Amino acid sequence: MGTVCVGGVYPAGCEKKRDTAAHSLLIGSGRGVFIEITHRCSPTLKWLTTSESFQLSRVCDIRNTVGNVPMEWYQDYPHIGYNLDGKKIFKPIRNKDELDEFLDKMENPDYWRTVHDKTTASDIRLTDEQVDLVHRLQKGQFGDVNFNEYEPSVDFFTNEVMIHPVTNRPQDKRSFIPSLIEKEKVSKLVHAIKMGWIKPRKPKETTPQYYDLWAKEDPNAILGRHKMHVPAPKMRLPGHEESYNPPPEYLLTEEERLVWEQQDAEDRKLPFLPQKHSCLRAVPAFSRFIHERFERCLDLYLCPRQRKMRVNVNPEDLIPKLPKPKDLQPFPTTMSLVYRGHTSLVRSISASPTGQWLVSGSDDFTVRFWEVNTGRCMKTLEVGGAVKSVAWNPNPAVCLVAVCFERTVLLLNPSLGDRLVVSSTDQLITAYEPPEEDKEQAVTWALSEGLEHNMGHRLTLTHPKAVKQVVWHGKGDYLSSVMPDNSSNLQVLIHQVSKRRTQNPFRKNKGLVQCVSFHPLRPYFFVATQRYVRVYNLIKQELTKKLMTNCKWISSMAIHPGGDNLICGSYDCRLAWFDLDLSTKPYKMLRHHKKALRGVAYHRNYPLFASGADDGSVIVCHGMVYNDLLQNPLIVPVKVLKGHQITHDLGVLDVTFHPTQPWVFSSGADTTIRLFT
Amino acid sequence: MGGLQKKKYERGSATNYITRNKARKKLQLSLADFRRLCILKGIYPHEPKHKKKVNKGSTAPRTFYLLKDIRFLLHEPIVRKFREYKVFVRKLRKAYGKAEWTAVERLRDNKPGYKLDHIIKERYPTFIDALRDIDDALSMCFLFSTFARTGKCHVQTITLCRRLTVEWMNYVVTSRSLRKVFISIKGIYYQAEVLGQLITWLVPYQFAHDHPTDVDYRVMATFTEMYTTLFGFINFRLYQTLNLVYPPKLDSKAESELKAEHEEDYAMDSESYLEKLSALSASLARVVATAEEEEENQLDQFPADGEDLENMEAREKEQKEQEAQNRLFEGLKFFLNREVPRESLAFILRCFGAEVSWDKSLCIGGTYNVTDETITHQIVDRPDIDKQYINRYYIQPQWVFDSVNAKMRLPVEDYFLGVTLPPHLSPFVEEKDGDYVPPEKLKLMALQRGEKHEEEEDDDDDDDDEEYNDEVDDEDLTEEKNLKKMEDQRSQGKQTLAVKVTPGKVKPWETGSVGNKVRLEKEEKAEEKRLAIMMMKKKEKYLYDKIMFGKKRTTREANKLAAKRKAHEDTSKAEKKQKKAKKQ
Repeated sequence: MGTVCVGGVYPAGCEKKRDTAAHSLLIGSGRGVFIEITHRCSPTLKWLTTSESFQLSRVCDIRNTVGNVPMEWYQDYPHIGYNLDGKKIFKPIRNKDELDEFLDKMENPDYWRTVHDKTTASDIRLTDEQVDLVHRLQKGQFGDVNFNEYEPSVDFFTNEVMIHPVTNRPQDKRSFIPSLIEKEKVSKLVHAIKMGWIKPRKPKETTPQYYDLWAKEDPNAILGRHKMHVPAPKMRLPGHEESYNPPPEYLLTEEERLVWEQQDAEDRKLPFLPQKHSCLRAVPAFSRFIHERFERCLDLYLCPRQRKMRVNVNPEDLIPKLPKPKDLQPFPTTMSLVYRGHTSLVRSISASPTGQWLVSGSDDFTVRFWEVNTGRCMKTLEVGGAVKSVAWNPNPAVCLVAVCFERTVLLLNPSLGDRLVVSSTDQLITAYEPPEEDKEQAVTWALSEGLEHNMGHRLTLTHPKAVKQVVWHGKGDYLSSVMPDNSSNLQVLIHQVSKRRTQNPFRKNKGLVQCVSFHPLRPYFFVATQRYVRVYNLIKQELTKKLMTNCKWISSMAIHPGGDNLICGSYDCRLAWFDLDLSTKPYKMLRHHKKALRGVAYHRNYPLFASGADDGSVIVCHGMVYNDLLQNPLIVPVKVLKGHQITHDLGVLDVTFHPTQPWVFSSGADTTIRLFT
Repeated sequence: MGGLQKKKYERGSATNYITRNKARKKLQLSLADFRRLCILKGIYPHEPKHKKKVNKGSTAPRTFYLLKDIRFLLHEPIVRKFREYKVFVRKLRKAYGKAEWTAVERLRDNKPGYKLDHIIKERYPTFIDALRDIDDALSMCFLFSTFARTGKCHVQTITLCRRLTVEWMNYVVTSRSLRKVFISIKGIYYQAEVLGQLITWLVPYQFAHDHPTDVDYRVMATFTEMYTTLFGFINFRLYQTLNLVYPPKLDSKAESELKAEHEEDYAMDSESYLEKLSALSASLARVVATAEEEEENQLDQFPADGEDLENMEAREKEQKEQEAQNRLFEGLKFFLNREVPRESLAFILRCFGAEVSWDKSLCIGGTYNVTDETITHQIVDRPDIDKQYINRYYIQPQWVFDSVNAKMRLPVEDYFLGVTLPPHLSPFVEEKDGDYVPPEKLKLMALQRGEKHEEEEDDDDDDDDEEYNDEVDDEDLTEEKNLKKMEDQRSQGKQTLAVKVTPGKVKPWETGSVGNKVRLEKEEKAEEKRLAIMMMKKKEKYLYDKIMFGKKRTTREANKLAAKRKAHEDTSKAEKKQKKAKKQ
């Protein structure tokens, strides 16, 4: 099967085919010998030295001279080549088949060292030396046993100068004569140096040179920039908590530590955890040191800088200097009486002009009359609905109370006080004579009789819509009622009791009317819508003023007895004081209450006004109005009166002053009426 | 109407500001270069009052610079250097790519560099301006000087930083200008007063740094570049004011002493010289040889009257105190054990006139041995030491720091070996009234005023006796009483848990009497105030509320600290009692 062929002669044109031959590869060696070994098991190639190849050739003396050509070319011939003498070498008569091969393998002990020579078509048994050689080649050793691969080398071209040259070649001529090109180059450089184009290289300064930079401090060098420059704030100096051994109170407790750990880095009050170390030796490196330095750098060049003016004021100086409440007496200071009796919230109260009686209207469908000084309930009247508003006629010669509930305004004669007054009131009502031509009116006037008359009902005014507020004119003859409605002009009606006449003063709807009021002295009429207060002249029948309250929703309104000032309470906790001569904007905005204001009132004689709100308090303020037009009103809060309980988020619903004494009444959602003196 | 229509954003604030990107384009610089320029020139962004107007109606977040600032940058010669450097890098890359090594070498030799001298002069026209801004420079240089010589930045920068910081420390030692020191968990804070300016810096502990990955070292390096230049010039000037040679040289006497011993340990002369300087054990050479002991500069007496006189006296007193502090450790001989931070302690001790030495194997420059009999204090930071000399104190390093801050030598007993140290307080905290003052500080203040507080030990030892004989003790020991009273006042004022609360008695016969009247008056006053507050204007009310809120918060915090302290003391007392009980 294997072939060993040495120094073969190639037939023409076999050069290419050699490459394609199966299992045959070639190795070229410097000594000009080609050896090919194809082993049965694995094709291995080695090169042999010349002496070995001769040995090999001596062993196989029958030599085929055809060279290393594929033996297929001789398939069709009886011979397979020619020996040295030029005689044909014939093939064996019978080729070995697979069975022979197998038998041979089984029986022949030398089978493993037998190689088939294709060129001679004979089996050759390798000698021991040859087997040894193959083994050594397979191991990658040299073929020659005696070859020493580690012989000392002779260094011919050493750095040591020897007395004899290695080669005997004489030196070139050019090594004796100067180079022209070099000369040209050098002369160019010399010229450049002469001309000063090339300068010697300066020695590099490795260390920076320092000198007295500020030797001549020039005041002109301070530019506008420097004055505008905002120097970066210095780093915060460390406190006790940053110490390596802080006092124990600065260390965080377990909960505080947990909170600290869960917080975001920006939210933390301290950027580090305070720690206690027993000695300096135990203090570790601070892991965020470089971070902090870097953050400082970022702050220095990325943060916008701004000068912030710090207000450095004593908070006491901010408090305005007001006259002492003590000097502004009298004003109500203590709660002296509580009027109990109602079973639901008391919407409205009103004091009689003499100051002896008090009327209150409540959601429990009753109107109660109280004696002010004793707190006794003199009378209780059942009416057919929750009472929205009550008003005592301000005329001391008439004893009449207006009560409104649902769509009705009821005029009552409570029959309290002077009998003469009571009877004269009745007379006044009965003295009415109906006019000749009956005009169509918005409300129907009905005289009460029988049982109702005995109860005190005198006149019943039935309105087309629910009535919210009823208010008397100062003289006591006129009466105005409010029917809030967003969509019609029939919101405010003015009634004349003596003539039983009703008129609608407004032709247009200017918004939802909250409350109305008469001017105490002049023929003016105030109408408060949600955000504005309009002042109408009733004689000229025109709008004189429109006051901007700056509130979201007005709840109540009161006119100063002088008539030039007005206060407005609103549901957004504000109380606006208007000086009508000054401006249509509030002169003062008071935000005393914490919750929505429900009622405001002026005192008739004293410079006092009060406001009641849902926070359950009544605040009494001193509101002095001067006759001198140049002097602005003086407003000083003098007392916070507390007493009402808050029920269903409602506190005080109405406040009113005693007509002569510096006392204030307040009605609340806790079903009581209280008197503060 | 006539006239041209006004266009939006062509006048007013929109024209005064420029966005960062536009500024960059105007200067033709890359973002990195622009940043560097801003750092070097000290240009920072501005926050316009009306951002939307400046941003031309857009609300996108942008950084704005003043247009004037950018115009100012346009004339900066460094900008050209930046561009040159850019070109240089391009050429070098090309040469590398073509493997033209001679060209690479040539380019390398001609690498464009720049100097920052003119920028420093421009930013700080006077020396005092520069000195005022040196805090950050110091901290940064001290940090860089502790970096390892590999990796994060150039070795030259590190050595330069080290050199400059050593020079600075030598200056502070020579001028004796150190005022306060503080060991924090971050590092050691120092505060010096140089030419009337308080300068504070922070030095990290001597450990290898764990370099974070989310830090841009280029930015830090740029800052350091600027800071080293500034710092060098300042050092030069400072050395000049003291008539010292710059760069610093050791005194010839000291130099000869040191030379003999340690020369062979160091390969390079320059290296060993820096080490010797950093040892801080020898004084520096002067330009003009002066007498050994400098005469104290007395304040001239001016004829003055009234307020001036008072001022003068106050100043004189202050100066005397200052001198006393500067001589705090004079005449003492210290020896540093090897476990204490040598550099910082040597620096502090030398600043206050002490003699310091250390083990020869620890560092160059130790002048005497442990065995020296004249040593008065040995600073040790270990629980115990084998061989103790009887004629010296063995104290923990905190003593030095606390003494410097207290401006007096504190009693050494609290700082002996193995003793639980008293808390180390920050000298930078100045309590206003209403702030919490830790009791240790009160004690210290009493000590500074000259009041003795020796009962401390007894106080701790026999707790039980104290509780019973409280009154007796108080009568006997007036000094202690003073102190106690102060503490009590504090605690009563602050704490809701007052120390001693006796159940009060209602005295019905007193209604209408003096006490009641006073109370009524008080109430009246309070109500008056409340009513007056109601009448405040909205703006003032807001301010007032804010101020009051801040005040309340400070008192709340102070109360919290006081309560914590109280709780801590209670628990420690209970523990002590338990221990005692067990012993018995």
